[in-house]
Amino acid sequence: MNAAESFNLRLIPLLPFLGATILILFGRRMKRGTVVAIAAGAIAAAAFLAFTAFFQYLPETAEHGGLRDVVWKWIEAGNLSIDLAFRMDALSGLLCLIITFIGFLIHLYAAGYMEHDPDYARFFAYLNLFCGSMLVLVLGDSMPVMFVGWEGVGLCSYLLIGFWYTETANASAGKKAFITNRIGDFGFLIGMFLLFQATGTLRFSEIGALATTGSALAAPYWLGMPMAFWVGLFLFIGATGKSAQLPLYVWLPDAMAGPTPVSALIHAATMVTAGVYMVARLHTLYMLAPVVLAIVAIVGAATAMFAAIIGFAQNDFKKVLAYSTVSQLGFMFVGVGTGNFTSGVFHLYTHAFFKAGLFLCAGSIMHAMSGSGDITKMGGLRKRTPWTHAVFLVCWLAICGVPIFSGFFSKDAIVAGAFATDIYPESLKWVGPLVGTMLLLAALGTSFYMSRLYFLVFTGPSRADHETQHHIHESPSIMVGPLVVLAIGAGLGGLVGVPGGLFGHPEWNVLGEWLSHSVGPEMEVPHNTEMLFMGISTALALGGIFLAQAFYGGGYREPAKKFAAAVPGLVKLAQDKFRVDELYNAVIIRPLRVLSQALFQFVDRVLIDQLLVGGAAAVTDVLGRISRALQAGDGQRYMAAFAIGAAALVFFATRPTLPSELKVNVSGTTVTVDASRTGRQSARGLTYAFDFDDDGRAEVTGTSPEARYTYERGGEHTIRVTVTDPRWHTESHIKSKVELGGQN
Amino acid sequence: MLPTFYYLCLSFVLFVIGTAGVLLRRNALIVLMGIELQLNAGNLAMLAFSRQLGDEKGHAFAFLIIALAAAEAAVGLAILVSLFRARQTINLDEASLMKR
Repeated sequence: MNAAESFNLRLIPLLPFLGATILILFGRRMKRGTVVAIAAGAIAAAAFLAFTAFFQYLPETAEHGGLRDVVWKWIEAGNLSIDLAFRMDALSGLLCLIITFIGFLIHLYAAGYMEHDPDYARFFAYLNLFCGSMLVLVLGDSMPVMFVGWEGVGLCSYLLIGFWYTETANASAGKKAFITNRIGDFGFLIGMFLLFQATGTLRFSEIGALATTGSALAAPYWLGMPMAFWVGLFLFIGATGKSAQLPLYVWLPDAMAGPTPVSALIHAATMVTAGVYMVARLHTLYMLAPVVLAIVAIVGAATAMFAAIIGFAQNDFKKVLAYSTVSQLGFMFVGVGTGNFTSGVFHLYTHAFFKAGLFLCAGSIMHAMSGSGDITKMGGLRKRTPWTHAVFLVCWLAICGVPIFSGFFSKDAIVAGAFATDIYPESLKWVGPLVGTMLLLAALGTSFYMSRLYFLVFTGPSRADHETQHHIHESPSIMVGPLVVLAIGAGLGGLVGVPGGLFGHPEWNVLGEWLSHSVGPEMEVPHNTEMLFMGISTALALGGIFLAQAFYGGGYREPAKKFAAAVPGLVKLAQDKFRVDELYNAVIIRPLRVLSQALFQFVDRVLIDQLLVGGAAAVTDVLGRISRALQAGDGQRYMAAFAIGAAALVFFATRPTLPSELKVNVSGTTVTVDASRTGRQSARGLTYAFDFDDDGRAEVTGTSPEARYTYERGGEHTIRVTVTDPRWHTESHIKSKVELGGQN
Repeated sequence: MLPTFYYLCLSFVLFVIGTAGVLLRRNALIVLMGIELQLNAGNLAMLAFSRQLGDEKGHAFAFLIIALAAAEAAVGLAILVSLFRARQTINLDEASLMKR
């Protein structure tokens, strides 16, 4: 066993969990410096291990599935066997690096950002818990382990959105996120069950091996669609919840109620990309069902456009970024949905940098603006917060897709891939160009709303009131430091994925090389297509910037005001997020409430409370009343009851008895009946009466328990035997049927 | 020799009288006397069967029952005395504390 095989992958998620445990148990009594040291230290150690594993050990093992670490056998039931095991291959390794590296930066930033918060330790405990769960999610070797992380990050998301839980709005935003995610998780679970039903395994490596055209996954399952389609569809429903896609995206904008570092880490860089990761992880499965990939791509493209349009009209710094995140996640889904898994993951990676950077800038700006995120009240912050401005500038150009900056490469890879894809069946050929066009429009929109944000916040005169202006200041260096690092990543991070094939150097695409071990070789895009869309993307990015400059350069300009005045309804509608929340409220929540209320009133109040609970009580009450009369407290009455009982016992014990079944012997039409009880001495002096045709008159009487009788005709007869004790005139009887052969 | 049946008839009559006394009378002394009658009715039946079957076990039983009756009378009368001391009555209707 070499070093690579014995590498303890389990330590990577374990360290943050350890940090969280310490902070939850003892954090309250610790100094702030200690808290940060533990929290950031745990992540730094995890990051160190992740980098070591990735760069030192992974290259040796990448060809045969990467590093694997089995902790113990977790579930064993029937033919279901699940190890608690972790696996690092190129894909999960890349995610690991993103999570630990950006997580570490955000821990540092949060140390400054949360400085004045009384619940310092709780915040870092949750943050560590989140990192641990996220690492379990990406490193999980099988679906159930991934699901543990999947639920864990959902929990942390809930806890951190509602971190300032004394405000009702924050608490309900947390609940909204959790419940929306639960809806998705339901799909995830169903997908997992179907997958197990079809393949009998939930390990990613085995699923990958089984997902071939001849397997059970490819066989038709329901409505003529293959099993892979249904598995993929249900898992994708889970992804729409976690990754905020239509129709389950509604929680993400509200999630901005949490502290800004949380928005950056969880709701931009890591957790929300889990859905994309999952689809990429199961790429072999998804490739079996191109139809579901088409659905993924269309949902992604629609989300990208829809969220971008809402982003035009938002006036809250973080809300704009939130819709931007939803939109960018849509891009990633188009990437994986067009079978271009590498580009989806590439965009995930670049997005993690520039969006985390943008969010942290937002935090820094809000810090400077006395906590307000209203961009209508900002402006002119370029000179007042120069570092933040510089970082924002880089991230802004990256997200717009200006060449050289990271977003340019990843976005272009997705768009070009969408036009060039050939994974769809003949009838769905239109999907690729359609989603590609939608993405181009969304890219234009992205460029426009991000530029609007930039111009309104950083250029022109300040629109803030005097008091706020007075307090504007650059953030402390512990916040600026991580910002600068992220800006470097956002600026240059794209260079690992340069489409080197264009210049005759495919080896320049380091990322594509790496990922090909995990998600298959990169999609071949014709060079001229690639060049064409690079040109179009650049033009659209610059176009959006110039358009925004015309509208908002240096503050609200004439065209912006005119436009708002010309179509006030449209602007209002976009500001109100197309009233989707209200729609869900009317279509789902309200009916659900009415139904619950009805169920509560009927089932709970009437059926359970009154009928079952009340009924049981009433029965006991009545029985109690009756039996209370028996308890008179009068010894003589008790004695009388006792005497009656004793007499009854004597009566029944001395009655003549018959066996519980008669012994009947049939020969021809002659029947012999024996009514004596075996193993018991029969009392003397009893009279037996045998009524062979049950007409009330006995055919044979006497003291013998046996009798013989010959019937005149066959068929069925009933024999009735009565035994009498002539001294006490007590008797008992028994009936028996006899079936005779012969003619009737 | 008289048939056993006659002894049993007498025993039965005695038992019924004793039972009636126990169940119907309210004076605790009379109730105790009724119990004595029941026990002795049992004794009579025992002895009658013993004689009919020529088996002396019935006599042994009768002696045991006599001893038991003596003990019962002693304890019962002691209870009655303390009841009377406590409540100035030996009427059983008034000794219904079990209900409350």
